[in-house]
Amino acid sequence: MSQLKNFTNGFLRENPILVLVLGTCPTLATTSSAINGMGMGLATTFVLIGSNVFISLLKDVIPDKVRIPAFIVVIATFVTIVDLVMQAYVPALYATLGIFIPLIVVNCIVLGRAEAYASKNTVWSSFVDGAGMGLGFTMALGVLGTIREILGSGSIFGFKFIDGDGILVFILAPGAFMALGYLIAVVNRINKANKA
Amino acid sequence: MEYILLIISAVLVNNVVLAQFLGICPFLGVSNKVGTAMGMAGAVVFVIVLATMATYLVYTYVLVPLGIEFMETITFILVIAFLVQMVEIILKKISRPLYQALGIFLPLITTNCAVLGVALLVIQKDYNLVTGIIYGGGTAIGFGLALVILAGIREQMALVNIPKGMQGVPISLITASILALAFMGFAGLV
Repeated sequence: MSQLKNFTNGFLRENPILVLVLGTCPTLATTSSAINGMGMGLATTFVLIGSNVFISLLKDVIPDKVRIPAFIVVIATFVTIVDLVMQAYVPALYATLGIFIPLIVVNCIVLGRAEAYASKNTVWSSFVDGAGMGLGFTMALGVLGTIREILGSGSIFGFKFIDGDGILVFILAPGAFMALGYLIAVVNRINKANKA
Repeated sequence: MEYILLIISAVLVNNVVLAQFLGICPFLGVSNKVGTAMGMAGAVVFVIVLATMATYLVYTYVLVPLGIEFMETITFILVIAFLVQMVEIILKKISRPLYQALGIFLPLITTNCAVLGVALLVIQKDYNLVTGIIYGGGTAIGFGLALVILAGIREQMALVNIPKGMQGVPISLITASILALAFMGFAGLV
């Protein structure tokens, strides 16, 4: 039961993007369509699970004073794995996500979970935490990507349902900021209503 | 001339925050007051220029000869983290006032993705050392400009009544969105 709660924590109550507002750079940059957003989300999820598990395994070996550099090395290793694997098997997606794949290293969510959770908990709960947080991140990216794709190009997951163009600005930078702003406002509202 | 175009393009047209989405966390985090925003902007310019130089040299003279270019992500983040620490220690020793102005921002900069982003972009775009440094400097100035503008607007907004759900992050994002729209007007410039 507690593991289930641990897992679902990342979805709404502690959603990394919509509630904690961490990792906004890839969120804004890669959500021009639903597929791109979810691809980015899954890449991050893999890194989160991998680094959480490894850091939790190594937590007794790593000296406290150098823990942050050590965490970063573990994270960067997993990022390099993702980078090479995506380059080989999904070159098209890799080309669109571009520089944001290596930049998973500096995504605050990954280091944040390593420091706040994996360095204090067992391997299994760190795995669950990583998966929950990662999928919460993927979900938020997917939702944002879907909204921007519907408004910006009039399609869902690449299937067009209107003729011609959508409101082009939603594919571009200003639309990204605006869509995320309103999305966070809505989630704030829901979370407040739930608490009251 | 080529360098001037490069600077204009990095500062205004391809603004690092508003068009390329790098460094959004500090952009939202330290844009409450113009004073702090200026301090952060100064620290970022300083670190990005140094980091671009260091990562470029490490890439060309260590990674390429050894044939391990795929290690760039790991190497760069370690070089940047090391550099930030060194800058902090050196500043503390040689210039107390500068340290007091920039000091608190330095630890935050390691996780500013604009720093690693610029370092990776310079390699990706095949710039040489001089062009790389100019590009890095321009990008950093663009970051500072966007940060200070947003801080100025947010200082004014503190006096306004904002709907509850929109307070904090959402309204900042929407302000940034309008700023980004304005910056799109520079697109024809270069």
